[in-house]
Amino acid sequence: MTATSHLGKPASRVEGRAKVTGAAKYAAEHNVPGAAHGFVVSSTIAKGRIERIHVADALAVDGVLDVFTHEHRPKLASSDEKYKDEVAPPGSPFRPLYDDQIRFSGQPVALVVAEEFETARFAASLVRVEYDRQEHVTDFEAERERVASSRAPKKSDAEPSKSRGNAARAFEQAAVKIKAEYRMPVEHHNPMEPFAATAVWEDDDRLTVFDKTQGPQNARNYVADVLGMPRDNVRVLSPFVGGAFGSGLRPQYELPLAALAARALKRAVRVTLTRQQMFTLGYRAANVQQLALGADSNGNLASFRHDVVAMTSQFEDFQRDFVNWSSLLYRCANSELSQSLVKLDQNTPCDMRGPGGTEGAYGIECAMDELAYAAKIDPLALRLTNYSDKDQIEDRPYSSKQLRECYRQGAERFGWSNRNPQPRSMKDGNDLVGWGMATGVWEAMQMKASARAVLTANGSVEIASATADIGPGTYTMMTQLAAEMLGVPLDNVTAKLGDSALPDAPVEGGSFTASSVGSAIHAACRAVQEELLGLARKITGSPLADAKLDDVVFAEGKIRHKADQHREVSIADVMRAGKADRIEKEASAEPNGDSKFSHFAHSAVFAEVKVDEQHGVIRVT
Amino acid sequence: MAQASSAARQETEKAPTPAKMNVSLQVNGVERKLTIAPWTTLLDALRIYLDLTGTKKGCDHGQCGACTVLVDGRRINSCLTLAVMKDGAQVTTIEGLAQGSTLHPIQQAFIEHDAFQCGYCTPGQICSAVGLIAEGRARTTDEIRELMSGNICRCGAYPNIVAAIEQVMAGKGAEKSAEVGR
Repeated sequence: MTATSHLGKPASRVEGRAKVTGAAKYAAEHNVPGAAHGFVVSSTIAKGRIERIHVADALAVDGVLDVFTHEHRPKLASSDEKYKDEVAPPGSPFRPLYDDQIRFSGQPVALVVAEEFETARFAASLVRVEYDRQEHVTDFEAERERVASSRAPKKSDAEPSKSRGNAARAFEQAAVKIKAEYRMPVEHHNPMEPFAATAVWEDDDRLTVFDKTQGPQNARNYVADVLGMPRDNVRVLSPFVGGAFGSGLRPQYELPLAALAARALKRAVRVTLTRQQMFTLGYRAANVQQLALGADSNGNLASFRHDVVAMTSQFEDFQRDFVNWSSLLYRCANSELSQSLVKLDQNTPCDMRGPGGTEGAYGIECAMDELAYAAKIDPLALRLTNYSDKDQIEDRPYSSKQLRECYRQGAERFGWSNRNPQPRSMKDGNDLVGWGMATGVWEAMQMKASARAVLTANGSVEIASATADIGPGTYTMMTQLAAEMLGVPLDNVTAKLGDSALPDAPVEGGSFTASSVGSAIHAACRAVQEELLGLARKITGSPLADAKLDDVVFAEGKIRHKADQHREVSIADVMRAGKADRIEKEASAEPNGDSKFSHFAHSAVFAEVKVDEQHGVIRVT
Repeated sequence: MAQASSAARQETEKAPTPAKMNVSLQVNGVERKLTIAPWTTLLDALRIYLDLTGTKKGCDHGQCGACTVLVDGRRINSCLTLAVMKDGAQVTTIEGLAQGSTLHPIQQAFIEHDAFQCGYCTPGQICSAVGLIAEGRARTTDEIRELMSGNICRCGAYPNIVAAIEQVMAGKGAEKSAEVGR
């Protein structure tokens, strides 16, 4: 590995100045001249149908332009396929303002559009809806007990793995055993920025939409399909996203509502959801996890059972892999894993921060902790005893797994060896002190992605891909990579993203953006390098006349021979000699399909929690 | 019930919208005159009518702090304030903190400490931090945390936000000691 100029080195976020000065514009902040304002009216029942919807009072308000409902709206697509976005789960997606059916509380039932925001908000309060209210089922716990084991999950992308051995018998025979049940409530993403879309209608039936999304191309395809427009006529931009945490993977209803209103009114329309309406979007599904672990007296796992029930909507089966993670983390010959869904009259859950892995690891790691106490073994020692060097589902090794070293460093820095395992044994004033640890695991994925690199004669580089930056630093990552590849300072690089018109990229999620878009940038920059080197070789008396791409490095504005530092030419000279004003290359990258290894990232967490003995106040320190 | 009474309501209860009022605000040192409905919040006046979108709308009911601006030097939630209530006031927003191309020390410290990810709470955090330092009440890390608790960051950049503020406060302290020493 050669020394790098930019990779792996700290750099301030390249978009930092825009964010600290207020110059960064988010979806609701593009003040297009003449833009009208839409305000969403939400359903007040969870299930039933709209019998009548009274909009006359709202329409009578001075400044109101129109009120869109299922009875009064432009034509919308009528097949599920048109509503299925790139990451839609199996089922029949929700269709905003499509018909009179109410499927969940808070479902949008009308969009009031007015010249001014305040007028739209006021007029929305005048829309009256008469419902035919039906019995709803929204209590996860109650419904789980009612349908227990009677409903098998529909086909899903998260089928549990096959069981190994005989977990039930091994559990019976185990010297140490624990059974535990863990629950997670619904969690809402609630990023700081509410969902918003500013849809700009242009003369020849084209739409440009500034939308809050993690996938500008996913959003473009969805809204074009739903409105029945050619995808080429729609452009979605999301240069800045004020957090999303997974809630912006699928298009949300502000997008089609703003777009349909803009198209019907032939003017720009902005729709911003209220904080209250943010609770009507997808969420992390409530779930109940039952675990039964059996081990011998030395803590060697003999039986691992993990059964999860999670909630979904009546119309889509959202399911992520909750239960397979133990097979990656711990060696165990007998395992039995299952997961199933309970359908409720609520909106469909959606991905949220490590979907499946977060929930599964929570149950697994809590149960491992219980087992450590039952076996009187240190929790870290128990994990090392059962350390798995191979993926037991696919029965293959990992591309890399440094978890053992991760445990060691974490324990050392935390001072784990000073822990007294006896409950209530550690105190700090009025606080009881608890030390605990857990393991984390997540997929290391790569998706197909494309990028474009443009190098101009003045040494500036533009790098572009239709990904998003919801906060993890995609702009900075793209900038560092291009600067590294083309041997220029970070300041010379401009990264462009958040625009459906840029080279194809998947949604930003799953922790796969740096690996996917980064690989595409690598490929595009390499194509630029090849062209540069080709030009360099042609220079009369070129010091690089016989050099191949792998023989040279691009650094400090020069192409330099690795074997002889003195054999170098400046990139500016190369472009001048080759009469090249700009070199533009687009390339894509995808996983190589290598199935010899399993690819996962692992982590270890050590935490101190203090609990005030008198007041019960809990603090993670 | 609905159709008939609805028609009747249209006759008798036509929803009025309030008459607009003139408001003058000194925003970032510049006088801005607005003719707006009195139900317009200071936040929407800034974002929609003055195109100063650096001030953010996170919750619109005073719980998140993203809309924090300085009014006559004090930090307030602009979403809980009607613009007409502040006629004649001095308003400083995130757009008004830098001196030309030189960032305010808090802005610079936020970049250096990576005190944000998505950036949506950032203008409110920065305005709140400027107000906090002006108040002079926070002396310890815990006090900074407590007195910044009205500003939520969903990305969880709190440790870096506190570090950025502490750095600027330490700098201020040094300046003060230098002044006293002179």
